[in-house]
Amino acid sequence: MRELVRRPLFWSTLALLLLIALNTAVTPSFLSVRLQDGHLYGSLIDILRNGAPVLLVALGMTLVIATRGIDLSVGAVAAIAGAVACVYIAGSDRPAATSTVVSAVALAVGVCILLGLWNGFLVSVFGIQPIIATLVLMTAGRGLAMLITDGQITTVVNPAFKVLGAGFVATLPVAILIALAVFAVTAVLARRTALGMLIESVGINPEASRLAGVRARTITWTVYVFCAFCAGVAGLMIASNTSAADANNAGLWIELDAILAVVIGGTSLAGGKFSLLGTLVGAMFIQTLATTIPTIGIPAEANYLFKAVVVIAVCLLQSPRVRAAFRSRRPVSTVKAGAA
Amino acid sequence: MKRLVAVATSLVLAGSLVACGGDKPKPSASSDSITMGFAQVGAESGWRTANTKSIQETAKTAGIELKFSDAQQKQENQIKSIRSFIQQKVDVIAFSPVVETGWDTVLMEAKRANIPVILTDRAVDSKDTSLYKTFLGSDFVVEGTKAGEWLVKEGDAADLNKDGSIKVVELQGTTGAAPAIDRKKGFEDAMKANPKITIAASQTGDFTRDGGKKVMESFLKSQKNIDVVFAHNDDMGLGAIEAIEAAGLKPGKDIQIISIDAVKDGMTALAAGKINYIVECNPLLGPQLMDLAKKVVAGESVPERVLTKETVFDQAAAKAALPSRQY
Repeated sequence: MRELVRRPLFWSTLALLLLIALNTAVTPSFLSVRLQDGHLYGSLIDILRNGAPVLLVALGMTLVIATRGIDLSVGAVAAIAGAVACVYIAGSDRPAATSTVVSAVALAVGVCILLGLWNGFLVSVFGIQPIIATLVLMTAGRGLAMLITDGQITTVVNPAFKVLGAGFVATLPVAILIALAVFAVTAVLARRTALGMLIESVGINPEASRLAGVRARTITWTVYVFCAFCAGVAGLMIASNTSAADANNAGLWIELDAILAVVIGGTSLAGGKFSLLGTLVGAMFIQTLATTIPTIGIPAEANYLFKAVVVIAVCLLQSPRVRAAFRSRRPVSTVKAGAA
Repeated sequence: MKRLVAVATSLVLAGSLVACGGDKPKPSASSDSITMGFAQVGAESGWRTANTKSIQETAKTAGIELKFSDAQQKQENQIKSIRSFIQQKVDVIAFSPVVETGWDTVLMEAKRANIPVILTDRAVDSKDTSLYKTFLGSDFVVEGTKAGEWLVKEGDAADLNKDGSIKVVELQGTTGAAPAIDRKKGFEDAMKANPKITIAASQTGDFTRDGGKKVMESFLKSQKNIDVVFAHNDDMGLGAIEAIEAAGLKPGKDIQIISIDAVKDGMTALAAGKINYIVECNPLLGPQLMDLAKKVVAGESVPERVLTKETVFDQAAAKAALPSRQY
């Protein structure tokens, strides 16, 4: 048990379970899942489906953070992906055809990879600090998305496009299946090959890694491209979920949700160490928290406060120093309680 | 560099003065041509784009020369363009203030230059109401009231499960935004006329489709027997439609939807029977603005507050209006 408690994953999983317990206490039907029109339906399914974009973005972010970097542009990249796909579909000759969706998705993902190349170029070749390099695209990218959609919300009517974010395969949401597939491939590549170790070594000391024969520059560049790819797919899911590209709001603040998911999952912002499983738990925690607010009826004015309190509590729980302080004080408090 | 620009500007100005003097013996603001300076907020939404287009097009047909500037959501840009309008001695200045406060100085400059100012769409928070002639725009409280009144009137039809109470869930706009606060207030005041109506849950969907959809998904699971959705704008209503459909229910029939704005996507859903009632929030205030501008320049008195001409749509009205909808 003591061994278990020491693992960072223990505390984030515990927080997730507590949150689910809170929801179930307020709304007893929270855990119930039923079959509706041939697919599963329930709050937990919503969390999985709506959590897929956060999970994807957090996955890319985990690897970037592992190299001691950060990518603030993911929200803007997501908005661009949605904008490119929706504008392409709406402007094509056959806006309801499946083939149109395939080329739209390919085009959007292609654009995002280019944006990732740009970020990686600034960071790995020019050596610009990641927070600044990606800040450029964070602010400019949303403008770019606005330019693509002409400032309008572009709506598309295409059943095939809807599948990505709102569809179901074998009763399960397509979105989470895609996110989990990307997760599995990343996990295999990172943990069954040397790639994960190389990323960590770059995160600990890029110069030393380079001298040891690791291609530090290529690795750094690649993780930014991967991160933009993940953000692009997430952006397509967000656009597909409502069949519309909203350049102003799609993926807004998702970079912060993703960073939070990564940190709650136990990956250090100092780089050099990452936990993919932790990120999975972190992303699900973030989405459950978002679903909790309307479910238990927190007033609109207080929902940011509620979020902040929960997140701070989880971060404190995870901090070894806080836990140590808590442990050493415990006997004192027992004495006090006894005296009173 | 600065001096060079100044010299160049003065040369151009001098040139134009000469040109003016040559063309017309009396360059003053004669009744046949009015020059209006309009400082727009930016182009942040489809609503705003329609607003800009309406002003530009009606200025042309009304024979008013329009000097248009886009502030890109920044107050300092708007102040700069208002100052340049004053220097160009336009006949009337109109603008949609980016924010509510901080306008006294520049409006005082306009007043000293004897240029009347008309506010459009958004108000300024200033104690001195003599700084502007009139404020043309929507009343968000009235919009909420209209939505509430419809529900009071149609209430018994909305109580689909006949349990004697009409259970409403509310999708609020961005917390703290004027339209969100006012529409909520207007709706709540109006619904008191029928004690059967209750708001069971209310949460912000940030005026977005995604937000509306996610909040509605939660409401559908945490609330039983929802009769009506009241969305503070069409986009959240459209998101709610998706959530209701995913729950195997029919939006507009099993759960009724009321929203505000009447943008094209919303009107399409209304005509298709997925929304039941939309209160219009009209961006096409060009014609009214040009009328006011003419009156103000001619020295006629105008009311301090002019409401935008706005209507309401039920499903039949939407079908009729949709083909000619501009935005």
